[in-house]
Amino acid sequence: MLRVAALSRIEVYRRAGVSVRLVLGGGVLSLLILACALVSLSLGPVGIPVSHVASVILALLGIDGGEFSRTEQLVIEQIRLPRIVVGAAVGMALGVSGATMQGLFRNPMADPGIIGVSAGGAVGAVAAIALGATGLFFLALPTFAFVGAISATFLVYGIAAVGGHFSMATLLLAGVAVNAFLGAIVSAIIILLPDNEALREILFWLAGGLDSRSWEHVRISVPLIFGGAAVITLMARDLNLLTLGDDEARSMGVRVGYMRTVLMTAAALATGAAVAVSGTIAFVGLVTPHILRLVLGPDHRVLIPMSAIGGAIFVVVADTFARTVIQPAEFRVGVLTAFVGAPFFILLLIKNKRQAYSL
Amino acid sequence: MQNRRPPAIDAQELFFKVEAKTLLDGVDLHADHGRMVGLIGPNGAGKSTFLRAISGVLRLQGGSIHLDGRDMQSLTSREVAADMAIVPQILPYTHGFTVMELVLMGRYPHLGRFQIEGKEDARIAWDAMRLTETEQFSDRRLDTLSGGERQRVIVSRALAQLPRILLLDEPTANLDVLQQLKVLGLVRELVDEGLTAIAAIHDLTLAARFCDRLVLLSEGRVLAAGQPNEILTTDRIAAAFGVEAAVYRDPNTGSLAISLIGPAEAHKPKANGRSACV
Repeated sequence: MLRVAALSRIEVYRRAGVSVRLVLGGGVLSLLILACALVSLSLGPVGIPVSHVASVILALLGIDGGEFSRTEQLVIEQIRLPRIVVGAAVGMALGVSGATMQGLFRNPMADPGIIGVSAGGAVGAVAAIALGATGLFFLALPTFAFVGAISATFLVYGIAAVGGHFSMATLLLAGVAVNAFLGAIVSAIIILLPDNEALREILFWLAGGLDSRSWEHVRISVPLIFGGAAVITLMARDLNLLTLGDDEARSMGVRVGYMRTVLMTAAALATGAAVAVSGTIAFVGLVTPHILRLVLGPDHRVLIPMSAIGGAIFVVVADTFARTVIQPAEFRVGVLTAFVGAPFFILLLIKNKRQAYSL
Repeated sequence: MQNRRPPAIDAQELFFKVEAKTLLDGVDLHADHGRMVGLIGPNGAGKSTFLRAISGVLRLQGGSIHLDGRDMQSLTSREVAADMAIVPQILPYTHGFTVMELVLMGRYPHLGRFQIEGKEDARIAWDAMRLTETEQFSDRRLDTLSGGERQRVIVSRALAQLPRILLLDEPTANLDVLQQLKVLGLVRELVDEGLTAIAAIHDLTLAARFCDRLVLLSEGRVLAAGQPNEILTTDRIAAAFGVEAAVYRDPNTGSLAISLIGPAEAHKPKANGRSACV
């Protein structure tokens, strides 16, 4: 039916297409995250030369390399490395979920918290601290936060699905309402709490932090985050079509309801796991996909995996600053991401406005 | 019976309502292979709803649709999309995708779950863009194009699905007169090569000229269906649209032409200040 066309022109486009952008972008960002991690491992109250850091990592992988001291090995293995791995995983979850939500909501202002995950996690964590439940068992705090995060998401999703007719507009509004309600619960608990020590703990949690994260935290969060990110990556093409609208996607053969449920569940589980081990870290999920979309385009087959690495870089770098700038004290990484992320984002908005492009 | 090919689309007794409003009230339509069927009727007659219904987007409350003799209920949305494409009236938000990316999305129903578009898909997309003369925009973002350019890109995407049935909802609404003729001419050409098309068209003259059959809808019902010269009569146009019209054969195009004279007597607004000003 259709005639044969000039192949050369397409070749050029295809080469700059999905696979090339994946390999180039993935290569650059992977090198960047490795470099950031190495530098981050070397910085801290105990300064460790990067060469020693590399030797410790190689030794961990079973390769005999250069020299390092026992202390250096302990600091890296037990303190800095798990913290960085948790940070990278959290950034990955936020980046991927942010890109997913922006696609599903057809709105570049969406972030992972839009479906109540962060606020739910906050209520879970705050309740655990206020009730003194944090000492009940090891990792009680992340468990409470995770349960809160997932329950809130189910509540928001349930509201949008009431009556069998699902609506993204209702989902958005339900998210706003539930977020406000859960925020009020947190405020109420803070006001009513007599215990100053618990209050401090709550405020710390709400500001998001990665201090004293252990391999246990890695173990509970990484499987969910990697699983969620993998599922979303595999459904990236469906997400592309969903951004055009439900009718559009359906008329091109997408099982809209099923895909949306799977994508949202995967994003909620990943974000829930991230919130559980880090508290609420602002702005990563909003800004990371935004910047990457400017460079790599909106195709989610590229954007989702790149947002994973990009988010990881963002959190690892921010956390490195958080724990080194005001030594020996520590800044909260969640405060820092918003502190740096927000002005940067505003600059980006202004610049784009001038180019008469809308994201 | 045995050797007769079932119609490309056979829709019977379609019924759809939203709350108290009945949008489709027992609509029948059948379209044979290689035919172009025009849907005409006033605003709110149910043309778009009907197209959405046969594209499988709506959940109908009654009636049946058969594609090529197969009950649509038994087909997955993917199987339907591999056979049938729809050109929607509006595509308000496109997430910053470029023209090429968007047209390539038309390949979705033909690709495996984890398959990336290959050379063949790129070739099909490129050919589809050439047919609507949109290939010069291939690297542009859709939201930087004019309404008419976008409309043609969406037609390309539908063609990249390589459908056997093409549904078009007001495909000429955003186009200038030249592009109207080009787009409808393209569809007509593809129909002559075997495609089946159903198009909602506001312009009665264009509908008469490009379609083999016309279906006149009004308030969710079929008022009349048949060849353009059977359907487009002065009386029917007055009844369905409330417009007094002259229908004649245009010697320049050789097909029916409809001149819209003014609101029909029964529908004419009473003389008042406003009409006096005009």
